[in-house]
Amino acid sequence: MLDTAASSSSGPSPAPAPSGDGTLLSVENLHVHFRTSVGIVRAVEGVSFTVKRGEVVAIVGESGSGKSVSALAVMRLLPRRSAIVPQGRVMFEGRDLLGLDDEAMREIRGRHISMIFQEPMTSLNPVLSIGLQITEPLQIHLGMDEAAAQARAVELMKLVGIPDAERRLGQYPHQFSGGMRQRVMIAIGLACNPKLIIADEPTTALDVTIQAQILELMKDLSRRLNIALIVITHNLGVVARYADRVIVMYGGRLAEQGAAEAVFHRPRHPYTMGLLRSVPRLDRPRGLKLETIEGLPPNLAHAPPGCRFAPRCPYRIAACESEPALMPTDTGGLSRCVRVPEIISGAINWTSGMVAGAGAAADKRVTPLLSVRRLTKHFPVKVGLRGKKAFVRAVEDVSFDIYPGETLGLVGESGCGKTTVGRLILRLEDATSGQIQFEGRDLVAASSADLQAVRRKVQVIFQDPYSSLNPRMTVGQIVGEPLHVHRIMTEAERQKARVGELLNQVGLRPELAERYPHQLSGGQRQRVGIARALAMEPSFIVCDEAVSALDVSIQGQIINLLEDLQRELGVAYLFIAHDLAVVRHISMRVVVMYLGRVMEIADRDTIYREPLHPYTKLLLDAAPVPDPTIEKARAPRLIQGELPSPLAPPAGCVFHTRCPMASDECKAAIPAVREIKPGHFAACIKV
Amino acid sequence: MLRYAVQRLLLAIPTLIGVAIVSFFLLRVVPGDVVEVKLRGDGGAVTQETIDMERKRMGLDKPLMAQFGDWMLGLATLNLGKSMWTDRPVVEEIAIRLELSLQVAIMASLVAVMLAVPLGTIAALMRGTWVDYVVRIITIAGLSIPSFWLGLMIMLMLLVLFNWLPPITFTPLYVDPKANLTQLIWPAMAVGYRYSAVTARMVRSQLLEVMNEDYIRTARAKGVYEKLVITRHALRNALLPAITVLGLEFAFLIGGLVVTEQVFNLNGIGKLFVQSVSRNDFTLIQGMVMMIAGFYIIVNLTIDMLYAVFDPRIRYR
Repeated sequence: MLDTAASSSSGPSPAPAPSGDGTLLSVENLHVHFRTSVGIVRAVEGVSFTVKRGEVVAIVGESGSGKSVSALAVMRLLPRRSAIVPQGRVMFEGRDLLGLDDEAMREIRGRHISMIFQEPMTSLNPVLSIGLQITEPLQIHLGMDEAAAQARAVELMKLVGIPDAERRLGQYPHQFSGGMRQRVMIAIGLACNPKLIIADEPTTALDVTIQAQILELMKDLSRRLNIALIVITHNLGVVARYADRVIVMYGGRLAEQGAAEAVFHRPRHPYTMGLLRSVPRLDRPRGLKLETIEGLPPNLAHAPPGCRFAPRCPYRIAACESEPALMPTDTGGLSRCVRVPEIISGAINWTSGMVAGAGAAADKRVTPLLSVRRLTKHFPVKVGLRGKKAFVRAVEDVSFDIYPGETLGLVGESGCGKTTVGRLILRLEDATSGQIQFEGRDLVAASSADLQAVRRKVQVIFQDPYSSLNPRMTVGQIVGEPLHVHRIMTEAERQKARVGELLNQVGLRPELAERYPHQLSGGQRQRVGIARALAMEPSFIVCDEAVSALDVSIQGQIINLLEDLQRELGVAYLFIAHDLAVVRHISMRVVVMYLGRVMEIADRDTIYREPLHPYTKLLLDAAPVPDPTIEKARAPRLIQGELPSPLAPPAGCVFHTRCPMASDECKAAIPAVREIKPGHFAACIKV
Repeated sequence: MLRYAVQRLLLAIPTLIGVAIVSFFLLRVVPGDVVEVKLRGDGGAVTQETIDMERKRMGLDKPLMAQFGDWMLGLATLNLGKSMWTDRPVVEEIAIRLELSLQVAIMASLVAVMLAVPLGTIAALMRGTWVDYVVRIITIAGLSIPSFWLGLMIMLMLLVLFNWLPPITFTPLYVDPKANLTQLIWPAMAVGYRYSAVTARMVRSQLLEVMNEDYIRTARAKGVYEKLVITRHALRNALLPAITVLGLEFAFLIGGLVVTEQVFNLNGIGKLFVQSVSRNDFTLIQGMVMMIAGFYIIVNLTIDMLYAVFDPRIRYR
């Protein structure tokens, strides 16, 4: 149950000045605890902030920082069985939401405050029609009759840019794409003209181009309808595009808050500095090595006293062991760090560590290690019971080379076939046609004995460190399994020693070999996955979205590890990812795919500096950059529309349906991948 | 969807042929036949000639393949043949019992649904409270108490408290609804209680799972009344898997109530099954096996169709 104790401010958090004039929501000294099997987890401790009418406030933090929990506490949607709010007030239009009875709170939800969630795939009820789900709050809160509600629903769907609204009203969520579902969620959120919308990672599950569309829509609507917006996100680029004010959370506490420009350009907390440093960015020259925040986020069940960030802070001093207070900064914000004066004076300079400079390109282009030619994969799908066959054209005529010790980035939106290419190279799928030459052998035609030999040399690191490790095997068994399977080391002693060595190599203590995956953090699990891949001393590793599921600071650590290993062992990577900035950081050359086809191939610096293909240009344009000045200044050219179905790809150039430069010629023939400049290939007739 | 149903029914034909082959030959592996049971069953001295004559009359002297051929031909023309014991057509023998069995099955299913859905829902919503524990005890008891014992207890209770016992002869519903219902409600309750236990536990666990879904949080965030969150948003999703359990249990009830029918002295399909097996009445056993197999197929198809009705993600073409 949610119980509220009288708020006798025990923490050193000053109550925000109730400005009275425009303040819509004010969260004061909020605490949230969870009862768990390992004891009380203090998920949120003494968080205070305010939101003015029509203002866009971003709450940034990594997983476990308490950002979503704070939002759910405002909505009173925390799980009732385990969550307790021992202290705090949530003042909304003069009323303390935490003190309201359930019925009064229900009247506020969806009427005055609405919430948009992260996963558009699971946040809509699969068995109820879209129309019903949009009209529901209208009928409940505004007492509209069926017809009026339907009319308003159509109006809302048009407002959020869903074409053909009347017809789609009767459809169900599974008939909508992810981007369209998120539009539906926004329509539901807007239904009753709320004063505040809380959006919890609203674009995280979406592709870059769709993300840009949704971001623009939300920003535009909040300005036009004067709705205050709280955006919760881990993506600093999203924050930069949206926010008037930024709140940075760490370990359940507020680390820093201030105006967006100030926080991004003059951060006043070491964590904010670290966060800004560890994101690979498209708008800056690529550094040699990513700066990272070492260590792991705190365990909130047994948090030590003092500054939460101290164990990972490069500027920690003895004073950090006592609880730091929120201190006003020169930029008009607040920072919970004892060394704020030094940061302000410049004695601690956050940009000092930035290493600029060109990356060393591995120019040992003798013969390609792996060479893919005209690779094609069609998945047959049965249409109807009698199996009229159709084909999902997942990969169509893809060719590229990877040289020893090189990293080739493979980017594209979901459904572009990048993962399938990886699976084909690993022979987890059989190609429909084409060749994959690896060290002189064609993997497509290889016998199973040949494959066995190749699989020692070709390894994989998967995306999800949570589900790709067998939960019933210890870390040692997982890492040692390939040694066993390929009968390289059968004696238990030597195997154990090798596992220890491998764990060391990926930065894990050898004692972890006895642990099970669930006892490790996400970053540690991904390190285990890398150690397993390294066990066979492969010459080539497919990294399928290997860092996408990780928090920013951990992501930086893993990217650096992959780069170190490459330098040490000379292993080549195929780095499959959707994050353009990450791909730019790690890759030497980049392949851009769209709807199963290669659009452009070039050196990393060339493709990011002078992209040729219109798709690459739009893709780069759509990616938000963590700099509010740049983000607010530019008017992005949005890619209109959605990805066509790979069951029936458009005739001619597959991109012509969304391309701003498309003409009739583009519909006529499939453009070949041409070498336009030396080493720079593109599949477009307009270049 | 209609086309899909027709296709599914056509696909049932090979299944039924398979059932026919297995049931025919398995019965022939069992030593003895109906003639021996009929004429020598009570130790009477009957000459071999009489037995041979009787066998010839029933066609049991023909080669096995010929007998099988005859039966399959009959099946093809929807003729299940005659009972080897009573000489009455198999269809007729089944029909007079099916009415009763079907009615008990339907009533038991209704009892089960009316118990299971509210019990499962309440238990899920009040998880961890005493209400939940009481429901769990009720359902565990339902799973572990044999229904014949429960039947006996019901009979005993009726006798002790009301000094009344249900009548022994079956009155069809259309003849006298009151007499019919007062007779059949007791076995329906005894069976339905057990059958509700499985379903209630299923509803409980499904609802607990669904209540954690993101779309339930969305519904609450919209300010939907809690009652509507449960009925409209949660139960519609949670009850889908329960439909499968209900359907399969229903099909089982048609032929599976052997003991309960004995306790309540009902002349249903279960009892007929036992009788015909003990008499080695091949044609009747085969006929009943075919009927129950057909029943399962139809129930399964119905479940799949109901799924399509309740879950818009499923569409058959």
